[in-house]
Amino acid sequence: MSNQINPQIVAAAELHATLASLKAEGYDFLEVLTGVDWGEEGLGVVYSLTKTATGEMTHVKSVCADKENPYLDSVCDLWAVAGIYEREAYDFYGIKFLNNPDCRRVFLREDWIGYPFRKDYDESQNPEFFLESEPISDKAVCFTLNEDGKVKKTETPIFGENDYVVNIGPQHPSTHGVLHFRTSLEGETVTKIDAHMGYIHRGIEKLSEGYTYPQCLGLTDRMDYLGAMQTRHALCMCVEQAMGIEVSERVQVIRTIMDELQRIDSHILFFSCLAQDLGATTAFLYGFRDREEILKIFEKTCGGRLILNYNMIGGVAHDLHPDFVKDVHRLIDEVIPHGLKEYHEIFTGNVIFQTRAKGVGVLSKDDVISYGCTGGTGRAAGWHCDLRKLRPYAAYDRVKFNEITFENGDSLDRYMVRLKEIEESCDIIRQLIDNIPEGPIQEKMKPIIKVPEGTYYSAVEGSRGILGVYLESKGDKTPYRLHYRSTGLPLVNVMDKACRGHLLADLITIGGTIDYIIPDVDR
Amino acid sequence: MGVKKNIIGYTPAINNIPHEEFKDNATLEKLIEELNEGGVNVVVAPLDRLINLGRSHSMWPLTFATSCCGIEFMAVAAARYDMARFGFEITRNSPRQADVILVNGTITTKMAPVLKRLYDQMADPKYVIAIGGCAISGGPFTKSYHVVKGVDKILPVDVYCPGCPPRPESFLYAMMQLQRKVRVEHFFGRVNKHQKDPYAEQMSKLNKELLNMQEKA
Ligand code: SF4
Repeated sequence: MSNQINPQIVAAAELHATLASLKAEGYDFLEVLTGVDWGEEGLGVVYSLTKTATGEMTHVKSVCADKENPYLDSVCDLWAVAGIYEREAYDFYGIKFLNNPDCRRVFLREDWIGYPFRKDYDESQNPEFFLESEPISDKAVCFTLNEDGKVKKTETPIFGENDYVVNIGPQHPSTHGVLHFRTSLEGETVTKIDAHMGYIHRGIEKLSEGYTYPQCLGLTDRMDYLGAMQTRHALCMCVEQAMGIEVSERVQVIRTIMDELQRIDSHILFFSCLAQDLGATTAFLYGFRDREEILKIFEKTCGGRLILNYNMIGGVAHDLHPDFVKDVHRLIDEVIPHGLKEYHEIFTGNVIFQTRAKGVGVLSKDDVISYGCTGGTGRAAGWHCDLRKLRPYAAYDRVKFNEITFENGDSLDRYMVRLKEIEESCDIIRQLIDNIPEGPIQEKMKPIIKVPEGTYYSAVEGSRGILGVYLESKGDKTPYRLHYRSTGLPLVNVMDKACRGHLLADLITIGGTIDYIIPDVDR
Repeated sequence: MGVKKNIIGYTPAINNIPHEEFKDNATLEKLIEELNEGGVNVVVAPLDRLINLGRSHSMWPLTFATSCCGIEFMAVAAARYDMARFGFEITRNSPRQADVILVNGTITTKMAPVLKRLYDQMADPKYVIAIGGCAISGGPFTKSYHVVKGVDKILPVDVYCPGCPPRPESFLYAMMQLQRKVRVEHFFGRVNKHQKDPYAEQMSKLNKELLNMQEKA
């Protein structure tokens, strides 16, 4: 199966109309938007759209007419998530999106000079670090086109004159990393959130452009460290399919098991942190106690606890540890069921938690699709967005499991989805663990891995949603452009929508249950 | 008051690991020598020791983590590794209440001023441990345009703890190293005050302006 994509090329002037008609055709989910610098050809964007009903994808490419002053039409009226994706492309490539009401920088400081992802970016323009605080403007920037064809910049205030604005973060124990919410309040009620990201923007995508493929693998684990296996799986899969390499059955099954173990790990950590944020320290310790059991299994086979470095292009790094099967059995038959029972007893039924979660932060099914919130957040609202079902990969077509969905889309449902998914993951592992096929763990690879020229896209179901890898290759040993569909970016973006009208204290619960990992958002 | 030439028979042992079992005692011995160059006061030295005994066993870290190493830090705080055993009782959410900041994770250009400010807000005596490759040198991201290549460019680092992420045991080792360092310090008089108040100038300027305004009114 090849994962090559041939984006349909659309002129900038027709872009909006084409995408609108595609949306009407049923491509109602903007999975990812990738900015690219094609050198001579100019700067542009690739839109990847998905039919939520079937999982079918199509890609549209549009190149800006003017290289000096690149602009494209915004599509944030069609998909809410486009707003933040476009800000990302503006931040990295300087492509202005006309009529996007808030086209500010998103990851880099507002006084940053230049656009770092352009191929001709000069690093010496900016100091290695600033010691003075970042200037944060109170004005949203909107670009529009004048009649004479010039781009006009208008500024509108983000907050009202009399709004009371509270800063949450960047150093706050409950934002799960370094995230900065500027929150305007009416009494205790949240009226608007302006999220600032980029405090852990490490430029992984840009770094990858200078690294060989095996080197790029090293960075994947450090992005979403609670989905280390899955992210790496996604990149390996993308490169393998692009090169036409078939990995053995054994590798497929091992990868599937590892992905599921990682998912359990992530969901347990989700539970622990949520409990901790709400003040239930005991529940936090219970969660970590059980998580250690998974880490022990990882450690025996991979050597690492958190950063695993296990998947390799063409296979996996080491064979399974002799104790693997025994340990996993113990985990899924004893540790997890016992743990889950305790979690429900100690936390789920707790009145305080129930009151703080039920009916709070409701996101409807239309909302989650428009905001691109995949994973548990999407499924809690009743959106069947599980890639393991929609576009099965590795050994997922061989196993039976239920896609957990709920109806209400509130914090409680988002929490329940994850706890139920732990059970499903155990089920998947149970079906595979006793008959892991024999075979090589690593295909024979050339010493220097080169991906044939073309554009490729692969995605896996990560711990918190669809994790896509967009790869553009010019046939070299390094990628020309490597873009990750971050699972967390849409999730942070939806916080404004989810928290409006709720109490400030609920922001913590909502943020906890939406479950984002900041280094994955910022990359 | 008499002056002793050296702290005789005093090794910065902590209860959990004997002095000899640490690998790199040379650094510490050099530090002790430097500290005692001018001799040690007979009265103050034992008092120092007493106070340091207490201080080194109640170092409260700031809850600060930017990325992956932070998750390992949470594991260190949780039941299996339980850093409370060594006196790192609980993590504090406010820098005002913390004694030590463990820089867990990558520090980026945008985060640097925030980190500096957090450090400035901590009360003296305060310590910094750089955890993981990222905090030490930028780690896997040294080539990035947006990563600070080592927190020691911004903060004075007391202990470096390499790894990516370091194992929880390394965390504990690093923290014990810090305890040993605290043990040999002079509490009274000298090391007690590490940092000049970074806001002093700014504040006095503000105060003056306020006074001026009041006078005018
Ligand atoms: S040192 Fe490694 S584990 Fe720690 S923050 Fe850096 S990349 Fe993550």
